[in-house]
Amino acid sequence: MKERRAAWTFIAPALIVIGAFFFVPVLAALALSVTDFDLYALADLRNLRFVGLGNYVDILQMPLFWKSLGNTFYFVLVGVPLSIALSLGAALLLDSKLARFKGFFRTALFAPVVTTVVAVALIWRYLFHTRYGMINYALAKIGVAPVDWLGDPHWSMPAIILFAVWKNFGYNMIILLAALQSIPRDLYEAAHIDGASVLQRLRHITLPMLRPSLLLVSVITVSGYFQLFAEPYVMTRGDPLQSTVSVLYFMYEEGFTWWSLGRASAIAFLLFALILASTLLLLRWERRGETT
Amino acid sequence: MKARWHSAAVNGLLVLLALFALFPIVWMLSVSFMPAGAASAVPPPLLPSEPTLANYHELFERAGMGRYLLNSLLVATAITLLSLAFNLAAGYAFAKLRFAGRDRLFRTLLGALVIPAQVAMIPLFLIMKWLGLVNSYGGVIVPALATVFGIFLVRQYARSIPDDLLEAARIDGAGEWRIFATIVLPLLKPIVVTLAIFTFLASWNDFMWPLIVLSDQAWQTAPVAIAGLSREHVQDNELMMAGSVVTVVPVLLLFLVLQRYYLQGLLLGSVKG
Repeated sequence: MKERRAAWTFIAPALIVIGAFFFVPVLAALALSVTDFDLYALADLRNLRFVGLGNYVDILQMPLFWKSLGNTFYFVLVGVPLSIALSLGAALLLDSKLARFKGFFRTALFAPVVTTVVAVALIWRYLFHTRYGMINYALAKIGVAPVDWLGDPHWSMPAIILFAVWKNFGYNMIILLAALQSIPRDLYEAAHIDGASVLQRLRHITLPMLRPSLLLVSVITVSGYFQLFAEPYVMTRGDPLQSTVSVLYFMYEEGFTWWSLGRASAIAFLLFALILASTLLLLRWERRGETT
Repeated sequence: MKARWHSAAVNGLLVLLALFALFPIVWMLSVSFMPAGAASAVPPPLLPSEPTLANYHELFERAGMGRYLLNSLLVATAITLLSLAFNLAAGYAFAKLRFAGRDRLFRTLLGALVIPAQVAMIPLFLIMKWLGLVNSYGGVIVPALATVFGIFLVRQYARSIPDDLLEAARIDGAGEWRIFATIVLPLLKPIVVTLAIFTFLASWNDFMWPLIVLSDQAWQTAPVAIAGLSREHVQDNELMMAGSVVTVVPVLLLFLVLQRYYLQGLLLGSVKG
């Protein structure tokens, strides 16, 4: 009895905060998304009207929404596999018996993860500079003509993907490295005795054993990449030709530049639905893979 | 012979990856010491020919960077200390104290992790406006006072505390708060450090919510301020690099000192899948 009372006093403060500042706003967002909440409603709530699914219908008819959706999918579909491939490669190298100075390399490769995204986006904006940027300078050395990375709509998204991969591959690398280190060594030794090559061991031992961790990093990375915002905000402001407007950037502009808070809430819910659907898809994919 | 070639390949690739990871950070430092305009040259200079602190002077004296860094420091410190108290108490209770509906409540909280934070941001802004917390430290601190992630991390760790230890203290007549303060907290010390550095780095680096709730420059945190500065000073690369340095270096140093705890938290937190 005393224990129960104590338990509630221990959890109540945290529950109140999470309830009032997360659960209530999420439900309120659902409610807002079926109203025309805008600058007038912000001034006087009597101007608020119920519009049903009107916001959702409007959004689905806005070209910029489809553009932002396309850009976000581009970012996720290219960025996530690249990021996980690099994380896996780095983890395999760090796990190798041949690698030296492992502690140093692990710290070095992880360092970009803890940096402030806005600050390092500024560095990359400068690295991508058409005339004075280090990247075009290096490309010129091997005879490639200068690329207008952040000014050409074909190159702006690849540039942001390169930056995002640099920023986050270390995170998944740590998770995959821990998974690699938990694979029993005698599995490899047995395969070695049977004459399996490095690639065969990778395919038949390492990758199957890493499956749960790869699923985990896929889920984390996909939902993180769907939330693209700060990179285009700092590096391109959504330009050139709206080629880097992400769904979240679109939501921010609708909400806090145009103060269409009802519509912005609807966009937030569409993004949530997307993230949820892709997570479920990944989980189902995994389950199907197990049975075959 | 073959083994030596393998070893060279593995270590060579690691060196390349490390260069990829570290070059932008090192170059940021180098450019921040160049006089205005010096970095706009072909070929791009690697090191400043005449190192200068002019950018830092300009940053602190004219652009008011000191204020923004102080804002960041105050906000991140307050969030870290206060949310530690909230999350430690709740995480321990979910792990060790028995009450009806405990596991269902915890599962509901965990379920909330699939909802991206941005879904809550628009109504949260209205709530903050209603509470008068827009453009104040409170606007950033209050919603961060407790996190599902923090509670989860503490619960995972606290489950290893033996029940006998708590029962013995109860038989001796100790109250629940006393048990928490004198027996539980010392045992939770490693996770306290882990959660503290995690929270501090996350609050320091946070961008979207502070951008929304702190439109008044006086209250802005360093990331929001340098994002604004970079829109005004598109051409001043050297100045912006100095701004990036003062924003990134504090968290980078903190991470270097406490990295063991940070990486442990990352691994503990990622088993949730």
